[in-house]
Amino acid sequence: MAEKLETASEVDQGPQTVGGIGGIGGGDGVAGVGGGTAAGGGAAGPVVTSYGSWWRIRLSLLRRSVHDNWVIFRRNRMGIAGLVIIGFWMLMAVMPSLFFATGFWNRAVYDPVTGLETDPPTRTVIMVERVTDPRTEIDRRAVLMDGRIPSDLGLGDTFELPLQPAPPNSRHWLGTDPLGRDVLSQLMHGARSSFFLGILAATVTVVIATLVGSVAAYYGGVIDSLLMRLADLLIMIPGLALLIVIGSVVTFQLWHLAMVIGILSGFGGTAVVLKSQALAVKVKPFVDAARVAGGTGRHIVLYHLIPSVMPLSVLYMMFTVTAAIQSEAVLSFLGLLNVDTSWGLMIQLAHTQGYLLQAGEFWWLVFPAGLAVTLLAMAFFLLGRGLDEVINPRLRRR
Amino acid sequence: MPGAAQLSIQAECTGSAEMALLRVQGLRKRFPVTSGVLRRRTGHIHAVDGVDFEIEVGESLGLVGESGCGKSTTGRMLACLDEPDEGRILLTEDDGSEVDIAQLDTRGMTRFRRRVQMIFQDPYESINPRRTVFETISESLGIHRMGGLRYREERVSQMLARVGLTPPESFMLRYPHELSGGQRQRVAVARALILQPQFVVADEPTSMLDMSIRASIMELMSGLARELGVAYLYITHDLAVARYMCDRIAVMYLGKIVETGRTEQILSDPAHPYTQALLSAVPIPDPSLPPPELRITGGVDKAIDPPPRCRFLDRCPQAVDICSTADHPPLQDTGGGRLVACYLTTDREG
Ligand SMILES: Nc1ncnc2c1ncn2[C@@H]1O[C@H](COP(=O)(O)OP(=O)(O)OP(=O)(O)O)[C@@H](O)[C@H]1O
Ligand code: SF4
Ligand SMILES: [Mg+2]
Repeated sequence: MAEKLETASEVDQGPQTVGGIGGIGGGDGVAGVGGGTAAGGGAAGPVVTSYGSWWRIRLSLLRRSVHDNWVIFRRNRMGIAGLVIIGFWMLMAVMPSLFFATGFWNRAVYDPVTGLETDPPTRTVIMVERVTDPRTEIDRRAVLMDGRIPSDLGLGDTFELPLQPAPPNSRHWLGTDPLGRDVLSQLMHGARSSFFLGILAATVTVVIATLVGSVAAYYGGVIDSLLMRLADLLIMIPGLALLIVIGSVVTFQLWHLAMVIGILSGFGGTAVVLKSQALAVKVKPFVDAARVAGGTGRHIVLYHLIPSVMPLSVLYMMFTVTAAIQSEAVLSFLGLLNVDTSWGLMIQLAHTQGYLLQAGEFWWLVFPAGLAVTLLAMAFFLLGRGLDEVINPRLRRR
Repeated sequence: MPGAAQLSIQAECTGSAEMALLRVQGLRKRFPVTSGVLRRRTGHIHAVDGVDFEIEVGESLGLVGESGCGKSTTGRMLACLDEPDEGRILLTEDDGSEVDIAQLDTRGMTRFRRRVQMIFQDPYESINPRRTVFETISESLGIHRMGGLRYREERVSQMLARVGLTPPESFMLRYPHELSGGQRQRVAVARALILQPQFVVADEPTSMLDMSIRASIMELMSGLARELGVAYLYITHDLAVARYMCDRIAVMYLGKIVETGRTEQILSDPAHPYTQALLSAVPIPDPSLPPPELRITGGVDKAIDPPPRCRFLDRCPQAVDICSTADHPPLQDTGGGRLVACYLTTDREG
C-alpha cells in the first residue's frame, strides 16, 4: 500500500512544480505570482521545521501576500498616483513637528491658530486722495485698511502699509492669512485634520460594514431584514444635509463628524455591497466544509466570511475617506465644525473676511487649501481604484 | 488484505460485524419550484423521495445515478448540511445505541461532526483560497479544541504525509492556488480524515479531476478507508468508479433507489432496466460481462411532482401494463442481499 501511495503522489506532483514556478496557479486569494516565492526552490518559502513562533510564520505569510499584491498594484498608474499624493500629504502632515522641534519655526509666529507675524512686509503707498463718505464722514479707505493709515496724512505723502494678509515671502512661503498667521503651517496642520478624520471615518465604516454585511448574509431571516431596512433608511438620508442639520444644532467636533460619516456609510451603502459579497462566499462549498468540520455560525462569519470580504471593504474604505474629506471641507466652510485648523476653515476665513471674491488677488488664501482638499480626496479615490485592480480578479491583466 | 484490516477495526469499534453504522429510513427532500416574475411556487422537485439504505462499519456504499437524481442531496442530508423533510437518519453510537441525527442537541451534534465528514466534488471551491493548507486541514482540530499549535502541526504533518503530500513541511504553508487539482483534493481528503471519522460522504471526489489523477486519488481513498476503518457513502455517476471503490452499490433514479446489492452482483447481473442501461453505457473492458444490449433514450427528467407510477416508465424499454397503472414499485428483496424496485422482477419472483 505504502509503495502505491508513493507512486501516486509522484504522478500529480509533477505538473504542480511547474505550475508553482511559472506562476500559473490562479486562485482568487493572493496573486498567482506567489508560487514563485513559495515553490521556487523550497528554501525561499516559509517552512515549518522549527515549530517557531506562530507570529513569525504569520508575518512571513503576510509579507508574501503583500509582495504578491504589490506586484499587481504597481502596474496600475492611477493607484500609484494616488499613493504618491497621499505620501506627499503625509510628509506635509509631519513637517510642522519637525520644524517646531528643530527651531526652524517659532511657535509664536508659526502656530496655525495662535501664531502672529508681528513684523509683516510692507508696501509703500502714496496717498493720492481721501475718500470720505459724505453721509457718515468716515474715511472708507481707512476703514478698509483697518485703521492702518495714519489720519494726519496729506495728499502726496507716502507711508509704509503693513501687508496683512501678506503674499508669499521668504518668511512665509505661502503668505499669511488676514489674521497674520502662516498659511503653509495651516495647510500642513490641515492635512493632519484630514488624515485623522478620513482614517477614523473609514475605520468605523469598515468595522461596521464588514460585521453588518457578513452577519446579515450568513444568518439571513429577521436579522437580515432588520439590518437591511436600516441600511435602506441610511442610504436614503442625504448625508451632507443631515450633517448640516446636526451641525447647526450641536457643536460638531472632528471625531463626531468621523463617527457620523463612518456610521452612515458603514451601515448604509457599504454594508449592502459587502453583504452581497458575503452572500456569494456563503454558498461556496468551503463554507459547507467548515460546517461539516463543526464550525458554528460565529466561526464561519469570523473565520471565512469576514476575511473574504475584507479586501473589498478596504476598497470601500478609500471611498469613505474621499467622502469624509469633502464633507469636512463643506462643513468647515459653513462654520459648522468646531475644529482648530482645517482646509475648509482656511477657505471659510478667506470668505468671512471678504477675500473670496478677490481670489485672483489673494490667491494664497484660497487656492492652496482648495487644491489640498481636491488632491487628497482624489488621491484616496485613485488608491481605491488601484486596489480595485488587486482585489477584483476580473480586472486583472494577466 | 482489505478484509483482515476491516475486520480488526470493526471488532475494535463495535464488537459486532453485523452492526449497521448508519441507517436511513424513508428519507425525503423537496425543493420548491418557482416560475415567472412573481416567483410563484408552481410545484416541488422531489429531489430525494423515500430513500432507505444501511451502511455497515467500514463499508463503502456507492450511490450511482445520472446528474440531478438526488445523490448530492442525499449525501448532504447524511452530513447534516441539509435537513430532511421526512425520514430518519440513525447513527449507531459506540455503545451500540442508535440516535436520530435530527434530534441531536448541541453536544450530540459536536460528537456527530467528529464522527461524520464530507469530501466535496470541486477541489477548487471547497477549500478557502485565503487559508493555507495547514489552516484548512487543522480547522476542525481548532473547532474541537484539540491540542495546542504544536500538536496540530504534528497531526497535520502526519496527515499530509499519509495523503501523499510529501514532504509535509513544504505544503503546510502553501495557499490553494499553489496546488494542482489533485493536490487540492488530497488536502480535502486530509481535512476530512484528520478527525478520524467513522463515516465519510464523498460526493464525486474525482469527477472534476484530470483523468490521469483520478486513479491515484481513488486508490488513496480506498487505501485510507481500509487503514482507518472509515465507511464511505461514495457518490458517483460512473459505475466503473463505483466498481473500483465500493463494496455495495445503490442505483438511484429521480429521487428513488431502484436497485441495491453487492458490487459484483450488480455489475455482473443487473436486475433493474435502468441499471442495465447504465451498465451498457459504461465501456467495461471485461469480456466475461454480457455485451451491451440496451439503450435508453432521452435525458433524465426533473422529478417535479411526479405522478404515481414508475419513475422510469418514460424511458423504460421493458415497461408492462402495471407500470403505468400502479405507483412506483417498492424495493423488494430478490435474494442474495439484493433489492430491486421493478414490477418485472416482482413478477418474476411471484
Ligand atoms: N438547493 C436547492 N434548491 C432547489 N433545487 C435543488 C437544490 N438542490 C438540489 N436541487 C434539485 O434537486 C435535484 C437533485 O439535485 P442533486 O444535486 O442532489 O443531484 P445530483 O444527483 O447530485 O446531480 P449531479 O450528478 O449533477 O451532482 C436536482 O433536480 C436539483 O435541481
Ligand atoms: S417497473 Fe416497469 S417501467 Fe419501471 S423499471 Fe420496471 S419495467 Fe420499467
Ligand atoms: Mg451532485
